[in-house]
Amino acid sequence: MRIEVDFNVCADHGQCAIAAPVIFRIDDEGHLAFDASPDDVLRADAEAAADACPEQAITIVG
Amino acid sequence: MTKHVAIAGAGLGGLRAAEQLRAAGHAGPITVVGAEPYMPYNRPPLSKELLAHELADAEATPGTDADDLVALHQRIAFRQRPSVADVTFRLGVPVTRVDFAAGELALAGGDTVRFDGLVVATGLRPRRLNVPGPAGPGSGRHVLRTLDDCAGLRADLRAALAGPGTPAHAEERRRGVSGIPRPRVVVVGAGFVGCEVACTALSLGCDVTVVEPAGPPMLRVLGERLARAVQRAHERAGITFVLGQAVIAYAGHDRVTGVVLADGTDAGSARVSGGPASGGLALAGTVLPADLVVEAIGSLPNTEWLAGSGLDLTDGVLCDNTLSAVTGPRAPETGAPVTSAPVTSAPVTRASVTSAPVTAVGDVARFPNPLFDDVPRRVEHWSMPTDTARRAAATLHAKLEGDPIDPNSFRPLPYFWSDQGDLRLQSFGSPGLADDVVIAEGDLDELDKGLLATYHRAGRLVGSVAFNLPPTRYRALREALLA
Repeated sequence: MRIEVDFNVCADHGQCAIAAPVIFRIDDEGHLAFDASPDDVLRADAEAAADACPEQAITIVG
Repeated sequence: MTKHVAIAGAGLGGLRAAEQLRAAGHAGPITVVGAEPYMPYNRPPLSKELLAHELADAEATPGTDADDLVALHQRIAFRQRPSVADVTFRLGVPVTRVDFAAGELALAGGDTVRFDGLVVATGLRPRRLNVPGPAGPGSGRHVLRTLDDCAGLRADLRAALAGPGTPAHAEERRRGVSGIPRPRVVVVGAGFVGCEVACTALSLGCDVTVVEPAGPPMLRVLGERLARAVQRAHERAGITFVLGQAVIAYAGHDRVTGVVLADGTDAGSARVSGGPASGGLALAGTVLPADLVVEAIGSLPNTEWLAGSGLDLTDGVLCDNTLSAVTGPRAPETGAPVTSAPVTSAPVTRASVTSAPVTAVGDVARFPNPLFDDVPRRVEHWSMPTDTARRAAATLHAKLEGDPIDPNSFRPLPYFWSDQGDLRLQSFGSPGLADDVVIAEGDLDELDKGLLATYHRAGRLVGSVAFNLPPTRYRALREALLA
């Protein structure tokens, strides 16, 4: 599984980090950091994070 | 036998219901029926990014005022999960009726869709002001719920911003050079949509007035002190508020030229529901000049197609905590008018008697949330379609398969955000339920520097609203509500 985030759209709402904290986190500057190729067992979490993004900036590939 | 699920409504709730049915294991056919001609799209940008998108440059190309709706839609369309690739979308055809005995939806135009299980996801539509004056397409009166609404408002804003004169005049108008008139936008309603539209119109270079009879902006959710603080912040940015006065008419013949106020709230509330157009009435109050008007006075559930089905349609579709729709009070057998039943605080225990299982999702679903209490409520927050679809799909799938229903209670934490000029508001929980508001951090006159308000009912935390706080803070705000 590969995860892409469109940083032109991401507005740091932080909802992905709440839905899938193993994959997404907010760094000390308040910006998004994430694991771009998490283990496939985390797919449901990744889907929940993508769903929860207010800007719909997260795409799950493969 | 393969079970067919029909989903009435192709917004966020309808899409999420289809996805979650697949996630729950439903392998049979799914048909999603939508009144709008578009694949599901994200509505929040309609009052913000999409409304403003490229409009600022519009005056550079006068005459090209028609939007490319396909391109606009692409900017906000939801991604499609592979699991729903085989879902049938019937778009641009409203559902007109349901026949539970036959297991059939009737669509506008005469087609039917057969189902073994049904998801109600028909959402809301904007309330309209029923007052005398110009109405209909071209009248300059707008609402904002759909992509088509947004495109109509964009076209009117663009024309108003281009205005008479040269592109240089338009640029001076936008920058507010003195003596160059700016387009005058009146927003009726100071809820979240009204405030967002007001801020967007201001950013585009319009003069903006917000009229709200009930009080300061977003009063019902934020409470008096914070609502006043938001009002002051928006006033400093340049928005004018006219509070405590109802709109009783629109001035103008074919097109709105002004908004007529009831000078005095008591008279106004009596007149708003008044009769047909009256020239005398229209001259009764103060007239706010307006080149265009946006009505943002709340929404009504789209449940007319369920009338006579036996479901309780008092303010949306009444559901139990598993999101199964439940039957309502028996309709009177005579022609007596049906009075709306009061919202009861009794636990919802009535069983569905429809032949096929029915669940509801999103802002049309009225259900009890034990996170707060046992009162069924509709929740118009953005997070609700996704959360309710997950539970409603699991319930429907279990019923179709004869499996046990998940015994755990459904306790979603409502969340929404609102971007208004320099302010980003994030709301967790249900601040509207509170009887006490505490300003936990920050200064009410400096919302942009960060403020946290906590909302309490009978001493218990029920909501948090953050203004311009960094996202590193959100998890703790959320977890405090779930504790």
